[in-house]
Amino acid sequence: MGITDIIVSQDFISNILAGFTHLTWQSIVMLFIGGILLYLGVAKDYEPLLLIPIGFGCILANLPLTELIHVPREGYVFHDSVRDILANAGLLNLQEGVRLVDEGILDVLYNAGIGNELFPCLLFIGIGAMTDFGPLLQNPRILLLGGAGQFGIFLALLLALALGYDKLEAVCISIIGACDGPTSIYMTSKFNPALLGPISVAAYSYMSLVPIIQPPIMKLVTSKKEREMTMSYDELKPVTQTTKTLFPVVVTIITLLIAPTGAPLMGTLMLGNFLRESKVVGKLVKSAENEIASVSTLFLGLTVGSTMNGDVFLTLKTLGILLLGFIAICGDTAFGVFGAKIMNIFSKVKINPLIGAAGISAFPMSARVVHKVGTEANPHTYLLMHAMGVNTGGQIGSVLAASVMIAVITALQGMGIVL
Amino acid sequence: MSTPVSAPMAGKLISVDVKVGDKVKKNDEVATLEAMKMFIKVFAPADGIVASIDAEADATVDPSTVILTLK
Repeated sequence: MGITDIIVSQDFISNILAGFTHLTWQSIVMLFIGGILLYLGVAKDYEPLLLIPIGFGCILANLPLTELIHVPREGYVFHDSVRDILANAGLLNLQEGVRLVDEGILDVLYNAGIGNELFPCLLFIGIGAMTDFGPLLQNPRILLLGGAGQFGIFLALLLALALGYDKLEAVCISIIGACDGPTSIYMTSKFNPALLGPISVAAYSYMSLVPIIQPPIMKLVTSKKEREMTMSYDELKPVTQTTKTLFPVVVTIITLLIAPTGAPLMGTLMLGNFLRESKVVGKLVKSAENEIASVSTLFLGLTVGSTMNGDVFLTLKTLGILLLGFIAICGDTAFGVFGAKIMNIFSKVKINPLIGAAGISAFPMSARVVHKVGTEANPHTYLLMHAMGVNTGGQIGSVLAASVMIAVITALQGMGIVL
Repeated sequence: MSTPVSAPMAGKLISVDVKVGDKVKKNDEVATLEAMKMFIKVFAPADGIVASIDAEADATVDPSTVILTLK
């Protein structure tokens, strides 16, 4: 066969253009979704630190034949993995249809840090080091708003059960309502790993979409006059350094005695905060809040984005999960605001109801959103640090809510009750 | 009558965005703070002329710190 014959042959053309010929409608839709995420991050400045890696990961994973990521989907065995070696030794029969593949670079990242929750926990050390619990300690009653914000979890749980999701599936879906990616991943890998992809994507997408989802809800449930309200920082007495230093240690011990399963999240968050408040390891604090947080955010976003594979993602179940997660977060926002309004009925010092919306775990995005909406209504409204107090309350609240749910389910299962 | 413009909340003063002698209107941006990795604009509480700049960039400020004074 001459060189010209080879070039014009059908096989040559389809092989050389394999990337194009393997494009499916699912991958095209997902490339489009990845593009939207990049657009929102770059042009609209919506949480670019998360949306850019997620969007790029989504595009990478959905370009055909790149073989960058196979997990968390079933049906793949890696060369030289334990299963491959056992199969070669004749000790294990691989199921039919299982493909033997090389581990892609994103598989490596997934197994190193998402499947076992390491990246979220590393990020939590950074978040702890960045978090000043001062505003919460100055005004401890706003911790209650962190509880009101968890309402969305229970709303989503009831709705998921009503829609016919299996009980444990419903629990995993409902925790998206905490708007807490690491906690969602923890719950899902414990009770229903098959849903890990859609749930982590829903949780992280909504976390990053908080700046888009929350403001309309906040405006819907408040009047302009309520949003304009200023909150003073004067009556808040500064807390002593001793209190701030002891706080992370005390919280760790108390919450982990109540809910030991929350240890990876609460432990790393409070470790980071203790580094900060101890005031003697400035170097570590700097690394935790800059290098460690940046690197884990990059790998976390990239890997989570790359689990958004069209075949798995574009299903009815995912749509249901996305919808329920969305309702849960809207519910959190609205009920947080109502919580703040109820608190205003009973207390002398009024609070701007907007800060109730920060009672979720999306930290510190949610507090920033509250601040922005407040400033829009009135340039002299500075809600950031008040909202930050509620936001840290929400963070502690969601980890506690999840830990308590895990503790209850484990106890029921331990009693032999099939859920 | 002089109007002190204090930091609305605790944070780091990134920049003072006006000069002595500048004319500002109410709600004009006069300074930028950073708190929780977020840039926050400080707005003029009233119309006036900048009489003095009382804080320096990079300083840690809180509501007791006067950033500038209007007259």
